[in-house]
Amino acid sequence: MTERFDLPAGRLETRFSDKAPALSESEARREAARCLYCFDAPCIRSCPTSIDIPTFIRKIATGNLRGSARTILSANLLGASCARVCPVEVLCEGSCVYHDDGQPPIAIGRLQRHAMDHGGGPELLPRLNAARPGSIGLVGGGPASLACAGQLALLGHRPVIYEKRALPGGLNTTGVAPYKLPAEDALEEVESILALGVDLETGVEIGRDLTAEEVLARHDAVFLGPGLGPDSRLRVPGEEGPGVLGAVEWIERIKNDASYSLEGITQAVVVGGGNTAIDAARELRGLGVETVYLLYRRSAAEMGAYRHESDEALRGGVVLVEDVVVTEVLREGDALSGVRLAEAQGGRATDVEHGVLPTDLVLLAIGQSKLVELARSFPGVEVDDRGRIVADPATGRTGNPRVFTGGDALNGGKEVVNAAHDGQAAARAIDELIRDGGPRG
Amino acid sequence: MADLSVDFAGIRSPNPFWLASAPPTNSGDQVQRAFDAGWGGAVWKTLGTPIVNVSSRLGGVGYGAQPLMGLNNIELITDRPLSVNLKEIAQTKKLYPDHAVVVSLMFNERSEWEDILKRCEDTGCDGVELNFGCPHGMCERGMGSAVGQEPKVLEELVRWVIGATSLPVIAKLTPNVTDVVDPGLAAVRGGAHAVSLINTVQSVIGVDLDRLVPLPRVGDASSHGGYCGPAVKPIALRMVAQLAREREFGIPISGIGGISDWRDAAEFIALGAGTVQVCTAVMHHGFRIVDDMIEGLSDYLDSKGMGCVDDLVGAAIPGFREWGDLDLNYHVVAEIDEATCIGCQVCHVACHDAAHQCIHLPGVAAIPGHTAPMAARAAAQATSASPDAPYRVPWVDETECVGCNLCALVCPVEGCISMVEKRRAPETETWNDRVAKGTDHVPGGLADLDPRRP
Repeated sequence: MTERFDLPAGRLETRFSDKAPALSESEARREAARCLYCFDAPCIRSCPTSIDIPTFIRKIATGNLRGSARTILSANLLGASCARVCPVEVLCEGSCVYHDDGQPPIAIGRLQRHAMDHGGGPELLPRLNAARPGSIGLVGGGPASLACAGQLALLGHRPVIYEKRALPGGLNTTGVAPYKLPAEDALEEVESILALGVDLETGVEIGRDLTAEEVLARHDAVFLGPGLGPDSRLRVPGEEGPGVLGAVEWIERIKNDASYSLEGITQAVVVGGGNTAIDAARELRGLGVETVYLLYRRSAAEMGAYRHESDEALRGGVVLVEDVVVTEVLREGDALSGVRLAEAQGGRATDVEHGVLPTDLVLLAIGQSKLVELARSFPGVEVDDRGRIVADPATGRTGNPRVFTGGDALNGGKEVVNAAHDGQAAARAIDELIRDGGPRG
Repeated sequence: MADLSVDFAGIRSPNPFWLASAPPTNSGDQVQRAFDAGWGGAVWKTLGTPIVNVSSRLGGVGYGAQPLMGLNNIELITDRPLSVNLKEIAQTKKLYPDHAVVVSLMFNERSEWEDILKRCEDTGCDGVELNFGCPHGMCERGMGSAVGQEPKVLEELVRWVIGATSLPVIAKLTPNVTDVVDPGLAAVRGGAHAVSLINTVQSVIGVDLDRLVPLPRVGDASSHGGYCGPAVKPIALRMVAQLAREREFGIPISGIGGISDWRDAAEFIALGAGTVQVCTAVMHHGFRIVDDMIEGLSDYLDSKGMGCVDDLVGAAIPGFREWGDLDLNYHVVAEIDEATCIGCQVCHVACHDAAHQCIHLPGVAAIPGHTAPMAARAAAQATSASPDAPYRVPWVDETECVGCNLCALVCPVEGCISMVEKRRAPETETWNDRVAKGTDHVPGGLADLDPRRP
């Protein structure tokens, strides 16, 4: 349990064990010694935050764990969670030159975890005294805001995070697969960021408890890191009622809500083909649900999920049904009894019925809405036709010169490491803005 | 199948692999188990006047993930009574009549030497080795390397021993000298039948940085020790070869120093050793390693068409010359195999920062007029490669390459970088040839700084 945030006992996520367990000291040293210390290393280029990977690995090999952690954190303040949640298979480890030699890549993610577990946190980093300390309001307490706020604090500013939930951390706390990062560890990282001098106000929702104008009036600059909105719905008959949940909402319940139980659920369906769908399906299997169907409206090859994740799900007993669409949720009285399926072509339902699948639970992982209203409530901030906030990709600066953004609200939904990069880039731009005397302009 | 049996200065052994005088030869039980495992001989842990030992005694240094690249010790000679050792030596020799049992000795007084030699003869052992090498603990008492470092004393001691026994006598030399040829020739003059080298190198293995005490720690202090293991092999090879090529030398050499496998053994033999002695590798992995040594050496001799170990002894000595006798017209340049290169670019950074700046990254333009056969291809590949899979194979400016080998040494892929022969001229010319011809002036010296000088 962290010092500041309470997580109740008996949450379902505590039943999972680590998929990639921590390395022992000798395992870490041995693995670190394998690293070739490439020049202009491809792994660095594949990291959205450009962590100097060969250098932090060399420092593990020499027993300089504090220095190793410092190397990681100086590029990415969320080095601890990224070590656990990054899809390293397609990023750093995917580009390791060992692949070309027919050897397994360096276990970069696990080595990074080793450095973060034993080397120390962001308190290791140097702190500057800003000539003109500014006050920055950050909307949302997820990875993008945390990285931005932490960086701003290191640069000598006074960031304040507004989080609508009781717990900060965003998807790291509520949404990451429990076998990668449990909420408890996510909150520990949040605490290390807050300890740099970041204020946190939980239970504060912009638009409900504070208006955009009020936020702009309180602060020199604002960072929008609200992430995405609620899970999208199917809009089919029978959908409303017990037993049908959004996948993101469901994952949050198994991670944070001790009152939630899967009692009586022996078969479940997950609708979707992205990484959230795969996570939910694997978690259902991991929690002992006997039959888990993954219903996808296109073919396996077209799934948005990472291949290594979907392969793992199928190996874990998840049954994939391709080219089907749910046309109706069936109920006996109020109780969920099954879903009716139609065959799909090119992702769209045809008139050909595929059959009825009995189920005790339906999870919808077909995307999340965008928080368009929230974004537009800040004057000058625009969103594109896909609901993403329009901003300069290098700095996150929106149409309002005092408002910056990053993370899922900007990119439509990517990785924690992308959010970390966005947040830190915005922090540097905000620091520049305040130094140039531009706030409240 | 090559015949591995050897006759080393009159000591017969089923193969050239002996255990060096050290902890693995501390007792009859150990030596007998070693013989069962396949070792051809053993030099018993040094007998002498009883001593006491300290705790702890060993220190190690690793490299990367490998422990014990080097081992250092501050242990002294045997700490068991002479009566026990002599009884076990006799028993071992009786049980293993065809194996070589050699007894290492270290005493002070002539009468002591004469006494112990008689007792050794009574055990039936095959020979004695005189420990003139131990560089810690015993040398402060005027023995071990204190003798090995004084050729005159060494010669005299050998003479005493030769006069007192009919057993073959091996003088064990210390590497802690300026020139090992001096004690080597002193051993010959004293009448030694053979020498063995090297004993351990004086060393401090490391420092406990928490307590700020050197290692291995004995309470609040340590002492210098004797260093051995794979890390000392190059030092030992050179000393063995130095003696082997010395015209006035001419007695057998038992090679010691970091020998861990058949390949190490073959290298020592090729540079003049008639037998090899092993300690650290056994301390690390046990007696069982000898199996690979026997098999590997036998297969190697077969592959070279050599019928026995003697055929290999000293075979590389004609190629071990002074620098001034090396061919200045021999020249190699690095060639990087594009097909096996994995693009780590470790060769580039090594060459660029620490060698001759001749390995360049793809996309860098070649200097006009230089020979750089892969530069154009690298440039084209770099341009056409997708950003997801950039082309990372470096290229060599052959005009600038001096053929130093560094790139090939740092390359992690076996055989990816080869050093290709590109002679500067067909004929051989050495530095000594130039000196003889008077063509040894190299411009760029002090004289060229002052144009008024003739």
